Amino acid sequence: MAGTDTPPPAAGPRTFRDAEHLFRVAALFLAVVVLFFVAQRLFVPKGFGTLGHYRPGALADNRDRPSAFGGRAACEQCHADAVEAKRKGKHAGPACEACHGPLAAHAADPSIKPGRPDARTLCLKCHAALVGRPAKFPQVKPAEHVPEGASCLDCHVAHDPAMGGSK
Amino acid sequence: MTATDRREFLSHTGKFLLLTGTAAAALEHVLAGSAEAAPGYAETAHWWGMIIDVEKCIGCGNCVRACKEENDVPREPYYFRTWVERYHVESGDLAHPQVDSPNGGYDGFPERYAALAAAGKTFFVPKLCNHCVDSPCEQVCPVGATFRSPDGVVMVDRKYCLGCRYCVQACPYGCRFIDPRTHVVDKCDLCYHRITKGLTTACCEACPTGARTLVDLKDPKDPVHEFLRTRTIQVLKPQMATNPKVFYAGLDGSVR
Amino acid sequence: MGGVIPGVDGYMYPNEMELQWGVLIVLYPFITGLVAGAFILASLERVFDVEAVKPTYRLALLTALAFLLVAPLPLQLHLGHPERSFEMYLTPHLTSAMAMFGFVYLWYLMVVLLLEIWLDFRKDIVLRASSTPGWRGLPYRLLTLGSRNISAGALALDDKVGRFVTLVGIPSAFLLHGYVGFIFGSVKANPWWSTPLMPIVFLFSAIVSGIALVLVLYMAVCVVRGVSIDMRCADTVARYLLYAFIIDFSLEMLDLLHRVYEADESFKSLDFMVHTRLYASHILVQIVAGTLLPLALLALVRVVSLSESARRGFYAAAGVLTLMGILAMRWNVVIGGQLFSKSFLGYTTYKMGFATREGLLAAVLLLLLPLGILWGLVKLLPPWTEETTESPAPAV
Repeated sequence: MAGTDTPPPAAGPRTFRDAEHLFRVAALFLAVVVLFFVAQRLFVPKGFGTLGHYRPGALADNRDRPSAFGGRAACEQCHADAVEAKRKGKHAGPACEACHGPLAAHAADPSIKPGRPDARTLCLKCHAALVGRPAKFPQVKPAEHVPEGASCLDCHVAHDPAMGGSK
Repeated sequence: MTATDRREFLSHTGKFLLLTGTAAAALEHVLAGSAEAAPGYAETAHWWGMIIDVEKCIGCGNCVRACKEENDVPREPYYFRTWVERYHVESGDLAHPQVDSPNGGYDGFPERYAALAAAGKTFFVPKLCNHCVDSPCEQVCPVGATFRSPDGVVMVDRKYCLGCRYCVQACPYGCRFIDPRTHVVDKCDLCYHRITKGLTTACCEACPTGARTLVDLKDPKDPVHEFLRTRTIQVLKPQMATNPKVFYAGLDGSVR
Repeated sequence: MGGVIPGVDGYMYPNEMELQWGVLIVLYPFITGLVAGAFILASLERVFDVEAVKPTYRLALLTALAFLLVAPLPLQLHLGHPERSFEMYLTPHLTSAMAMFGFVYLWYLMVVLLLEIWLDFRKDIVLRASSTPGWRGLPYRLLTLGSRNISAGALALDDKVGRFVTLVGIPSAFLLHGYVGFIFGSVKANPWWSTPLMPIVFLFSAIVSGIALVLVLYMAVCVVRGVSIDMRCADTVARYLLYAFIIDFSLEMLDLLHRVYEADESFKSLDFMVHTRLYASHILVQIVAGTLLPLALLALVRVVSLSESARRGFYAAAGVLTLMGILAMRWNVVIGGQLFSKSFLGYTTYKMGFATREGLLAAVLLLLLPLGILWGLVKLLPPWTEETTESPAPAV
């Protein structure tokens, strides 16, 4: 077998020769570490960490999404009369789209006509008697008050629903 | 080179290195610019939250439907950014309420307690992400894909999320889910795309009774201040110390 | 949604009904636990000079490596976007225990395990590099990293450095598996998980499982090779298994006692869960068959004088039961923690797929894969001295 048989290697070339393979391993590990830092510099998203531990572009990503609901103000621009009628009655609170559904598309392009939901189904969603609804909230028993086939609009005006309300 | 020349040289070099070093470190930030700002919207001027008046909720489910429509939440069951729970508490037994949330309240609630109405109290509780100031979900995200914006909204970076689901485990309120289509996490983001443009959230827009209201705690004119001052206010699971920004008035002790 | 959704009883928050972490996440702590445990056993010989377990030393190291190589796979299969997993290296969130994973794993793999194995096997690698002809010798030639020095001085240095690496490796092994316990133990939202004991319980059950694995593999490999089992070695390993198990069991009993005594808001719900949905896996498999029975077998060996073949049978049975019990413990922690609602009003069921990405088949294959890798490693670097070739003086 090659190599010396002498006890503890003396300082100098012999020690280095015996330790040389360890330096090779160390160099390999160092290369991995350097590679890691290079990869970090290259691949970390731009600006990451400037506002917090996240990619600032995510704010814009979350902001730039289309809306389905237009919002009350959009309706008011064209339908001021309906808004005025509603304002005086019991339905002043609910927004237009609470009943009419999402209408951002219609607000942007009025030629897109929204469908009209069936009144009875829609009204009963809120006004059918249900244990748990506040006692003062107007509720009716559907079978008695507006049986199948009848419509709420037979007697009530949607925008100002109290009996005798204006359109 | 004389001693003073050397000293001067070292002083100049030192200053030069210090300044360029600092500048180099700052340059990255400078180039990145400020938060990619929305035109006309200053994040630091807002601190968003929500107030919920439980006594006004009628369990109509409008908010659940509106949210799913606005935010393209999967319609199949078990994925909700917001949902409504119905509680029935009998004989003041706060520890054993009967709770249900059929499809999250999406189709409203079928009558269940007609016969039991007198035996106890029944009420509805809308729930959503609480946009906690000390949110555990943000704490556990391994990569920084979920975060709190400078205006207080906890949201998700869908392009960065790994789908590891650690945040879903860490949320005490169960408000997160994995979108089965994109395999990343999703949750209420207070309709960030709406509130940054002066609109309100879809759920608040659709709520017919004003049970839910979006609030800006930094706006001195916002009704939240009056609300917090005059009503008895609770948050969900205060013992978790998550510092939520969804404030409930009229929340019963039986609510989980 | 009480009772209307199949598998759900009582009330669960709508987003809670589907489990987030499945059987693959059960596998991950099990596998890293085996790695940590096998390594700790190996370190007994290296650092604490427990000479009796020397026959298992190299096998334990190779076993640890085989399982460590497989460890990231269940995680990758689980992720919604495995292609983004490198983000944990790019932007690790320092408040997240999970972000440690990438770094702790790499550290342990490179600086501890690979380095230690290389140092210990270097002489054999160099000898084989010159004695194995053609492309079959290529792996050895690569592994020499260009140095053929196996002089006494070099090997003495290797031994010293190896000792140091093992010394560093012990806390590293603790970290490798301990942080997994912290991932669960630090989730305040989940009362089944949230306890400061979690990292410690995980660690000790890891040590138990690792020792059991090496014991079973050592005996199995001896049988396959047709050599006799070194009973002094087996007895010593079994003794350490018993000690570790007693500590592990005490810790788990402490946790249980504490929960029952304090009976906080979650207790009733968790208690009900353990007695119903988790009864088979927790009481029967983990506690009775997976802990009490192997403990009894191992303890019996110490008090009653048994023949060698009887002891071998006891050790094999205890080892296998232990492995099953520790796997059940991981199952009960991970799955159990998701079966109850955070409202404490309901329970759901875990629906495990079979041939799906996160299904049973994937789990079984992932458990068999390390054994396949181990077989390959044993062929490449045999742990047993009589198989290394004696060659003429290699060039220095």
